Amino acid sequence: MRNEMKIQFSALSQNESFARVTVAAFIAQVDPTVDELTEIKTVVSEAVTNAIIHGYENKATGMVYIEAAIEEDTIHLTIRDEGMGIPDLDQAKQPLYTSKPELERSGMGFTIMENFMDEVEVISEPSYGTTIHLTKYLTKNKAMCN
Amino acid sequence: MGLAVNLELKHTVLCIRLDGELDHHTADELRTQVEDYLKKHTVNHIVLNLEGLSFMDSSGLGVILGRYKQIKNLNGEMVVCAISPAVKRLFEMSGLFKIIRLEEDEELALQALGVA
Repeated sequence: MRNEMKIQFSALSQNESFARVTVAAFIAQVDPTVDELTEIKTVVSEAVTNAIIHGYENKATGMVYIEAAIEEDTIHLTIRDEGMGIPDLDQAKQPLYTSKPELERSGMGFTIMENFMDEVEVISEPSYGTTIHLTKYLTKNKAMCN
Repeated sequence: MGLAVNLELKHTVLCIRLDGELDHHTADELRTQVEDYLKKHTVNHIVLNLEGLSFMDSSGLGVILGRYKQIKNLNGEMVVCAISPAVKRLFEMSGLFKIIRLEEDEELALQALGVA
């Protein structure tokens, strides 16, 4: 059985906490480990922060869309914005690369997403926005595969 | 849940104690408070106490790196202490431990800097 939820909210930094806590509360029903829950909260925070800072360049009229789905022990997350898009995706994914060093960005967002999730897919089109698909297999599932 | 920033000067070491969640939203607050403090006081080193930190993401790494650069420009050192396993992973991933020393607690961090 597939269990889904969707939220959308203004691209405001105070909503970053709302986003990760809401997704974590939804995922909590399949009993992830504390580490898995932290990883999911962190990647949601990374993707939403990217949408706010880079996608919309802090224009609060923009909206951020999150879809989460639970399928057995697999978590699917989609985080989408309709902002400016990423001009060079390969460059953006480089560890420590940031297009905004003046804002003290660490450039670790995509690296963290790739480390904490099992699959990361980024679709971005200039002036149409960015969609990030993230998949995580919870450990119960991994144990069964072994 | 936001972030509470507690600043205390011990000799010339600034102890920064964080309580709550450090993300993009709260990073600005931390940056402003520490920058203001450094303008008004003579600070040689920074101890960053993360005991009360319940969440951090890459925005936290950015603001910590920014403060490291500031204290390094003053020929000082930064020591981080009381770090959770989750935050430790982010530090390791970004290579921050190559430039920022890690200690068990604030007392040991101060000792490492020759103050205690």
